[in-house]
Amino acid sequence: MENTRFLVSSSPHIRSGESTQRIMMDVAIALLPALISGVWFFGLKALWLTVVGVAFAVATEVVMQKIMKRPVTVKDFSAVVTGILIAFNVPVTLPWWMVAIGSIFAIAIVKQAFGGVGYNFVNPALAARAVLLASWPVDMTAWVQPGADAISTATPLAILKGTEATGVLPSLWSMFVGNIGGSIGETSALALLIGGLYLIYRKVISPRIPVTYIATVGIFAFIFSGFDLAIVPYHIFAGGLFLGAIFMATDYSSSPMTAKGQIIFAVGLGLMTSIIRFFGGYPEGVSYSILLMNVVTPLIDRFTMPRKFGEVKARA
Amino acid sequence: MKKLTFKGGTHPPHSKKATQNIAIAKAEPPKVVVIPMQQHIGAPCDPIVNVGDEVKVGQKIGEAKGFVSVPVHSSVSGKVVAIEPRMYTGGTKVTCVVIENDMQDTIHESVSTKGSLESLSSDDIKNIIKESGIVGMGGATFPTHVKLAVPPEKNVDTVILNGAECEPYLTADHRLMLESPEDVVFGLQALMKALNVKKGYIGIEDNKMDAIDAMLKAAEGKEGVEVVALHAKYPQGAEKQLIYACTNREVPSGGLPADAGVVVNNVGTAAAVGKAIKTGMPLVERIVTITGEGINNPKNLLVKIGTSFKEVVEKCGGFKGNPQKIIAGGPMMGIAQFNLDVPVVKGTSGILVLSEQEARLPEASNCIRCGKCVEVCPINLMPASLSTNAMQERFEQAEALNAIDCIECGSCSFVCPAKRPLVESIRLAKREILARRRKAQAK
Repeated sequence: MENTRFLVSSSPHIRSGESTQRIMMDVAIALLPALISGVWFFGLKALWLTVVGVAFAVATEVVMQKIMKRPVTVKDFSAVVTGILIAFNVPVTLPWWMVAIGSIFAIAIVKQAFGGVGYNFVNPALAARAVLLASWPVDMTAWVQPGADAISTATPLAILKGTEATGVLPSLWSMFVGNIGGSIGETSALALLIGGLYLIYRKVISPRIPVTYIATVGIFAFIFSGFDLAIVPYHIFAGGLFLGAIFMATDYSSSPMTAKGQIIFAVGLGLMTSIIRFFGGYPEGVSYSILLMNVVTPLIDRFTMPRKFGEVKARA
Repeated sequence: MKKLTFKGGTHPPHSKKATQNIAIAKAEPPKVVVIPMQQHIGAPCDPIVNVGDEVKVGQKIGEAKGFVSVPVHSSVSGKVVAIEPRMYTGGTKVTCVVIENDMQDTIHESVSTKGSLESLSSDDIKNIIKESGIVGMGGATFPTHVKLAVPPEKNVDTVILNGAECEPYLTADHRLMLESPEDVVFGLQALMKALNVKKGYIGIEDNKMDAIDAMLKAAEGKEGVEVVALHAKYPQGAEKQLIYACTNREVPSGGLPADAGVVVNNVGTAAAVGKAIKTGMPLVERIVTITGEGINNPKNLLVKIGTSFKEVVEKCGGFKGNPQKIIAGGPMMGIAQFNLDVPVVKGTSGILVLSEQEARLPEASNCIRCGKCVEVCPINLMPASLSTNAMQERFEQAEALNAIDCIECGSCSFVCPAKRPLVESIRLAKREILARRRKAQAK
């Protein structure tokens, strides 16, 4: 009994094994199937761009935190996730340095300038995508068909829209597995779904946002197309919906914390995406919908505060 | 058997294996007891003995001051050697009566059976409870007779005994229900008679199936007594959550259980009530679980009130390794102690000795807004937002976010992946808000 003075702190005195690092590593693991499918369909350049995205994201975080004299937190893996997502949101033909600029922008401006992990008010990877799209619109939409020859192609949504591109719609099966033109990580609904199920199993995300978002898009596609049931699966499997719904809209920092708020957020996403796809100038609306709904998140959280336990009348 | 529960909550590891199968043993009598004059919520007692007096087991040594207060009795026979302020488990100094044990265990003349339940009126029972110094033994130590003094317009129709023991590590209630289920049921019947109600529940978490079986057997044929199995989930034993699980009633915000027509007592309290009626012995000893990685022989001991933690730890083979933290109570809501020179009091359900590794607190990082705290909060609060406001001293905002409703169960801090001090900061905000309210009232 040597120690006669003990550590004193406020309760609770035990903590769960959960950690930010564990959560972010789970997200990175969940992105692996989509990375494999990206490399399978678009070649090794897809892997190279992902490495560039991650490397610049992590390096930017270290540099920014050193400059701002904050503790370096790259070990939490959140920059790795952002790096992967940036590469997943660009076509495989994009020059590597553009991906690097995307990563630098996402981490330096969107994440660290606002206070680091948890304080970004929009999804960093999507903000980077928006910047890249505005800066290099041609490079950012230079879609190619899967395969080694890099034959240029249009995305199914552009074909559906009919204004920018014409062509024959790929089969639904091709769209489900990802054998179509599009960004590196967005084409395979199957691979993204596997990752999503893993995240739900690990309780990293709840199915609320992805399921509600995808279902809402399906419903509005049916309504806006003049009740054309055949077009619904195209809208569900096309574009970045699965990537956005499972991995971007569920970003903790920029989505509501309350269950009711998450449903409202996801319905808003589905509505906005469908409006952009059917009536807007762009063939695809996932990124902008998420960015817009991100901004509304604090408001949604405020108005969906859960009913506190005990908000009842006393018994007579 | 249907299992009942509440919404929210979390699943800390039970950590009860070390002591759940160890029968309660009577601790060897201590040479000296230090008995605080305040072991309850409410006004402290005035000592009614003087230095040099001879006292006996069960003799009243502290008289209650005011209604929300209970008397204190000697747990040993011997000589009063000092009456002075000493540290107790609450973290401050209170007046204590120090008694040297003569090891004779001479019982005081006032200690005798109070008769059968049938022969006692409701008021008799309430009076016995008050005079026996009985308080909530789950740890909150609220005077039991005050709980029983509910005005008739509240229409209390149910008594619930809390046998959930949802705090990890603790097994005192578990062993009590297993070894003396009849005492618990008898205590419940006494409480039901005191309140003149027909319905009594005994709620037990389903990680104690043997206790559920034992209680079921003891409750057989006892009118109105029902044993219910509860999901093992923290904080199942929190008063409001327990009431909800058993009766589907919500205690209104800011209200008391009586506002939901219920009075809740710990199973240990009920057993103490039973003992006080059957034998006349007031509350002078209690079951304590001594456990944790830092103790050599974890045990459930029947300890005389006033025995020092140091002596109790020695009775359990002393420390293993170099423990860093001593907790009075469980790890979720217990109070950390500076040293072992504090006495076991009426509310000491456990002495938890944490090893260096168990005691280490992780460093907090940024809130990532994962919402896990919102998910687990049994009161449906938003701990992350509350905590942000509390830490930036925006107490009005914290108040608007219902900080006062927080039951301080600690589920949020436990589950937080960023290891943020959520309940710790909310607790602070609560104190500040209440202090401001008092100030405003005084004006």
